[in-house]
Amino acid sequence: MRKLMVWLMVAGLLLSGSAIGWAADEDLTGTLEIVHWWTAGGEREAMDALYDVFRDRYPLVSLIDASISGGAGIAARAVLISRIVGGRPPGTFQVHAGAGTIDPYAEPGFLEPITFIYEEEGWVDVFPEPLLDMLRFDGEYWNVPVNIHRSNVLWYNSAIFEEHGLEPPATMDDFFDVAEELEAAGIIPLALGETWTVVHLLETVLLGTLGPEAYDGLWDGTTDWGSNEVRDALVYFDRMLDYVNPDFSALSWDEASGLVVDGDAAMNIMGDWAHGYFMAQGWTPGVEYGWQPTPGTAGAFQALSDTFVLPQDAPDRDVVVAWLRTVGTREAQDAFNPIKGSISARVDADRDAYDVYQESAMDDFAQDAIVPSLQHGAAASPEWMDDFISAVGSFVAHRDVDTLHNDLVASAEEALD
Amino acid sequence: MRARRAFRQSWHYLLLAAAAAFFLMPVYVMLVTGLKPFAEVALPRMWHLPQQLSFDNFAAAFNVLSGNLFNSLLVAILGALGSAMLGSLNGYVLSKWRFRGSNFVFGAMLFGMFIPYQSVLIPLVRFMQEINLYGGLPGLILTHIVYGIPITTLIFRNYFATVPTEVVDSAQIDGAGVLGVYRYIMLPIAIPGFAVTIIWQFTQLWNDFLFAIALTEPRHWPVTVALQNLAGARVVEWNVQMAGALLAALPTVLVYIILGRYFLRGLMSGSLKG
Amino acid sequence: MGRKRKDRLGALALLLPSAAAIGVFVYGFVGWTVRVSMSDWRGIMPDYTFIGFQNFMTLFQQDRFQTNMWNTLVFTVAFIIVCLLLGLLLAVLLDRSMRGEWLFRTIFLFPMAISFVVTGVVWRWLLNPVMEGTRLTGLNLLLHEIGLGALASPWHMHPTWGMLAIALAATWQLSGYVMALYLAGIRGIPEQLRESARVDGASEWQIYRRVVLPMLRPVTLGAVVILGHISLKIFDLIMAISPEGGRGFSVEVPAMNMWFTTFRGLRFGRGAAIAVILFVMVSLLVIPYLRYSLRREVER
Repeated sequence: MRKLMVWLMVAGLLLSGSAIGWAADEDLTGTLEIVHWWTAGGEREAMDALYDVFRDRYPLVSLIDASISGGAGIAARAVLISRIVGGRPPGTFQVHAGAGTIDPYAEPGFLEPITFIYEEEGWVDVFPEPLLDMLRFDGEYWNVPVNIHRSNVLWYNSAIFEEHGLEPPATMDDFFDVAEELEAAGIIPLALGETWTVVHLLETVLLGTLGPEAYDGLWDGTTDWGSNEVRDALVYFDRMLDYVNPDFSALSWDEASGLVVDGDAAMNIMGDWAHGYFMAQGWTPGVEYGWQPTPGTAGAFQALSDTFVLPQDAPDRDVVVAWLRTVGTREAQDAFNPIKGSISARVDADRDAYDVYQESAMDDFAQDAIVPSLQHGAAASPEWMDDFISAVGSFVAHRDVDTLHNDLVASAEEALD
Repeated sequence: MRARRAFRQSWHYLLLAAAAAFFLMPVYVMLVTGLKPFAEVALPRMWHLPQQLSFDNFAAAFNVLSGNLFNSLLVAILGALGSAMLGSLNGYVLSKWRFRGSNFVFGAMLFGMFIPYQSVLIPLVRFMQEINLYGGLPGLILTHIVYGIPITTLIFRNYFATVPTEVVDSAQIDGAGVLGVYRYIMLPIAIPGFAVTIIWQFTQLWNDFLFAIALTEPRHWPVTVALQNLAGARVVEWNVQMAGALLAALPTVLVYIILGRYFLRGLMSGSLKG
Repeated sequence: MGRKRKDRLGALALLLPSAAAIGVFVYGFVGWTVRVSMSDWRGIMPDYTFIGFQNFMTLFQQDRFQTNMWNTLVFTVAFIIVCLLLGLLLAVLLDRSMRGEWLFRTIFLFPMAISFVVTGVVWRWLLNPVMEGTRLTGLNLLLHEIGLGALASPWHMHPTWGMLAIALAATWQLSGYVMALYLAGIRGIPEQLRESARVDGASEWQIYRRVVLPMLRPVTLGAVVILGHISLKIFDLIMAISPEGGRGFSVEVPAMNMWFTTFRGLRFGRGAAIAVILFVMVSLLVIPYLRYSLRREVER
């Protein structure tokens, strides 16, 4: 029954779409090469769903899927940059929304603004305001968001919390109480992975300690990096590292989440792509695992969004524009996101297509304060991010809070200079 | 006396067996993991034999990788042949047609072997784009041939150095030119040199990842790049991954098993001593 | 006379394509890198503004870069020494044992046939740093099971000596090659030399020490150069074992730092400076060797 309704709705959308007149271009021909880094379970299928929507509209266009994984995600970037600098950009490529990731391409003129698509498609009304703020640069739009992920989520193994009569921690102090008890029971309190997941943890701690407004201010210089509040956050962060698995930094993020599935660890702080991982392990949201904002971050939504762009001098520009138009549609987003585990970037998403976690994320996204993520490129320039990762990387080995604080202050000064 | 000898022999074999165990250990892990169904794959059980044999992983990996295996084969064979040809010419000229500064030219060529390749990616892509060879296999093969010149020149120069100059001289008296001497004197005796060079280059090119990912578009990807994508960033199906890894390693390992003796013979003739 | 001249020119012509290709692909590209290393290129847009040695100064002041250099040093020394010793040992053992030589030789040699991309994944599992408890795995699990649990180690997560674990994996890959070099070297020594030593009453051990080893010196030197340049450039293997360079850069090396600096931090100038430092280190190793071996050849 529900399936039938979905079909009816899809049919209705198609009709309304063709009524506006943009889906009718069945004669469009050309080749579209799409560079992205989605290669694994869940992601691959989500991308295929997106391709299906596109192929329905433009059956004559041939798609080249150029997915590149490996090298800590830098491999895709290295290839992309070599090609762009070499004057051979692909048709379109994946990039996170936000100043840190889009400016380096847009500023030197490697991208073409696509504000005209936003206007023609009426996207200014369907993408939420905070997201539009993240996307705008120099008064123009440069990329089309396909999804929203939340990064400040605490995932927990429900059975462990039940068995020990514990509540998932809402504040930093709660966290340490709970962690003590878990450790006494012989359970790893917090599962942690390689260096980027450590940086990810730190940014949620900064958000939880400073609050959304002051956290936001860190990236434009209105919040002082040298302040005691930042130091408090670093001390919390340092203490949290006492409660993690001994092999952190040797595990990938999914192996760390796997510790929670296996019952070796109780909690994991990770973006909601972990939701897709848990489901792939046969877990049901709300049954075997629960979630809530990371300690102290209730009411704040640390967002990242995957987007596609229009490179300057892209081959078959018409085809790229058609792709971007498609990606922004409600139909495409509702085909892609339920599989990917993220939520639609549009406010008019069809809630029935999504699961219980995603519905909760939609509600939070609608009412919470939206803040950018550093690790995922939205908050700061690549140079700043590189320094930040350097500082955290050294800290993990030496655990000297003063040095970390000094390093972070210095890198902020250099970046905001 | 004989007892002592036997004792020493068994001692040798014990050491050799211990070393062999060390060398085979990672392969054992790959093999047992590649044969396990996904549900059985878990880090704490990595040394265990599979309870249920699952050959599906190999089929699944082969399905994904077969096209890429073909690309690799093409690149490795043509690249190895090309660089061996150029290397044998260079080695011949540099050992038998010495000129003022020939040692310098040789040293300058050899240096190319030692540069860190990651640092030349950007100029390389730009250059390939300019000569219109970006994206396909010809560009990748050309790159491999060029960066193969130093090592192949080294191998052949050392190899031809053992050929007495009188042979060349007498051929010249008989009227052979530069190419004639190469074609009729050097080439026929250079077979072991070619064996070493081609084995070496085939392996190097087959295993390359960096140039392939930087220079080719997806449908031309060789197997090393495709293998990386098999792993992906999310849920890694380690059993399929390991099966794919074994498939990707098979051709070069076979080359070594079957042609290993030629490799060693080539080494003995002094060609890869450095 | 005219023909000789023609032949000479013909020989040079044969050399020309290779020389031109190397000129572009090696010297042209390296020249470009040197130019970028002295520029202020940050961000994706090429910017060749000359800033002298500033990028180099910044690097040498960085703790991270100093760690990189330390790691390279530890790795190079351990890797070369262990590879040479193990390679020599295996070669001598194979030289002395007649039966099964083909089998053992093949087993020792095959790792070098496999890509670092392939072996790195397995080594990441084997080098898992958990040292006790239910999540033991890899080598540490094996050590516990054979009663050597005390030898369990954090492997590449060790802040100072993590590179030794990488050296272990690299040794696995390349000691067979060194074995083959030595075996070829030993077999190349005329049997009469050994025989006459035997007649003089030397023990097998003395023969190896007095006769074989000295004659293997050129082989050792060549192996050191080959292993040395591999170790200075090592990249794929560590990227596969530990894509972010271990804990606190415990196993990051300059080639990886260059990769991240360039493509994550988009600091092209600084990344190129790291590349230039690598060129210099490799040259310091290779050029003296080339001069030495070419000169030795002339003397012969």
